[in-house]
Amino acid sequence: MFAYFLRRLLGAIPTLFIIITLAFFMMRAAPGGPFDNQRRLPPEIELNIKAAYDLDKPVYQQYFIYLGKLLHGDLGPSYKNKDFTVTEMIADGLPVSARLGLSAMALALLIGLSLGTIAALYQNKLADYFVMSSAMVGITVPTYVTAPILTLIFGVYGVSLFGYDLSLPVGGWNGGALRNMILPVIVLALPQIAYIARLTRGSMVEVLHSNYVRTARAKGLSSFMIVIRHAMRAAILPLVSYLGPATAGILTGSLIVEQMFQIPGIGRYFIQGALNRDYTLVLGVLIYYATFVILLNLLADILYAVLDPRVRYAK
Amino acid sequence: MKASYTAARLDEVEALLGHAADVQGRSLWDDALRRLIRNRAAVVSIVILSLIALAAVFGPFLLAYDFSFQNYDIVSCAPDWWPDNAVLCNAGGTHWFGTDSLGRDLLARTLIGARVSMAVGLIATLVSLVIGVAYGATAGFLGGRIDELMMRFVDVLYSIPYIFLVIILMVIFNRNFYLLFVAIGAVEWLTMSRIVRGQTLSLKQKEFVEAARASGVSDFGIITRHIVPNVFGPVIVYVTLTVPSSILAESFLSFLGLGIQEPLTSWGVLISDGANQMETAPWMLLFPAAFMAVTLFCFNFIGDGLRDALDPKDR
Repeated sequence: MFAYFLRRLLGAIPTLFIIITLAFFMMRAAPGGPFDNQRRLPPEIELNIKAAYDLDKPVYQQYFIYLGKLLHGDLGPSYKNKDFTVTEMIADGLPVSARLGLSAMALALLIGLSLGTIAALYQNKLADYFVMSSAMVGITVPTYVTAPILTLIFGVYGVSLFGYDLSLPVGGWNGGALRNMILPVIVLALPQIAYIARLTRGSMVEVLHSNYVRTARAKGLSSFMIVIRHAMRAAILPLVSYLGPATAGILTGSLIVEQMFQIPGIGRYFIQGALNRDYTLVLGVLIYYATFVILLNLLADILYAVLDPRVRYAK
Repeated sequence: MKASYTAARLDEVEALLGHAADVQGRSLWDDALRRLIRNRAAVVSIVILSLIALAAVFGPFLLAYDFSFQNYDIVSCAPDWWPDNAVLCNAGGTHWFGTDSLGRDLLARTLIGARVSMAVGLIATLVSLVIGVAYGATAGFLGGRIDELMMRFVDVLYSIPYIFLVIILMVIFNRNFYLLFVAIGAVEWLTMSRIVRGQTLSLKQKEFVEAARASGVSDFGIITRHIVPNVFGPVIVYVTLTVPSSILAESFLSFLGLGIQEPLTSWGVLISDGANQMETAPWMLLFPAAFMAVTLFCFNFIGDGLRDALDPKDR
């Protein structure tokens, strides 16, 4: 088990290396540099600035300089926000993004699992059709449509129920106050809820028809025990492998959500950086994202091995 | 049930015997078409999708207003039939969808947006199809080391949330309209190549490939004449699912301001504009979003229908 873990961890390093290399040269291939939009500077000053950022050297040298610094955890200075290093900017935005993303993931798992299980238990009944058609809507309608519509309903028009005001703030982070988080987290979680519900239903239906569940039923166990103790454990296996794609989905969604709700996370830095050709910022954020997705894929594989006694990595 | 089945069968046999000379075999495709036609959701989707496509192609010629014509007397005006009377103004005349924030006819813009979005969806899918099939078939056919290396590269690309790659590509290509197609297609080919490779691996063990090789057909000939036509089934299913995801990718980019540029438009641009104006002019969000959602639904239903129709397990 440990050997397997170690081997996978080492295997992730070349992957990350290739991603960094690819992204680095793609950014450099872009026409126009980070200092193009500013007023014209005298040539010698421009040279000095470029020298300060190592931009006067050949690209392959820049690449090695970048890699060297990266090994020390230094992502370089931001080209556009001159007083900040990329590491500082990411450290600034990461807690916000992480909190948003993790809340969305937790919500998606909780609701997706419950809905999927309910749909499987009432297979081909009204509840099942209702859950599955809602899931279809959740998958098809993109985040940038649900976000404004929910904002319109809860933020602009305002909703009140039994005299309670249910309207929510439509933007801003406010230090992560719960009220500010509700809408962004729901919007971010919706497509994942839909996917998870579909996956859960599919595997749950299969498990519920398997022999060992029939045995458990024959022993006279309550259906609650059967579902929770016996069926659930097998049924969530496909979900574990979905962890990686789900993370990627939430990261992608966070670009939109952070933009729409004016949340100061790293997704906004990525978009700004790309629009401003802030190479180091874009690369830094991309490296963070890629590492995150790779780590979660790794975690998914390990969880899979732990949860599924049939999987053995004895090699 | 059984009796009628047998009777039908007998009729069929007799009919076959009667026209033994001009008998036509029922191919996999005939069967698939038959099953597809029996799938009501898929047929309805095909009809709706065709209508939207026809409207997108011919609609703009028939409308009274050009999509870029600005009438500053009716800026952000609701259509005449809009139920909410609290709107600032009514566009009047034949502005059935109202007007946008620059006084342009929203119906004309929605249809032009449909044209652009669908074109992006189709062309990007074509690009991904060509790259994915060529790459997957080559890897699967050559096998061994080369296969491992090629698929490892796909794994690496998989671990980047692909939309980030597209964003970088769009920055490199300076938001070029035509390269948008290529950029989206260039990242959508990954799954395609995996499907094709898997199919190729099993196909190349088949007798007819062996026969071709024995009769001296070159590797290239075997790939193009024997492998590629036979992987068509799973590929076509995936194509119908790639089109909507390309449309989504385009609108995602346009929403962030990295895609289609004014005055040309796409559903993503329209939704983005609409989201900014939704408090005062919700129709600007509603119509493009509805068009896009319906289109995506249709593609998904057709994809599901095709999968059921082409799945040999079902026979």
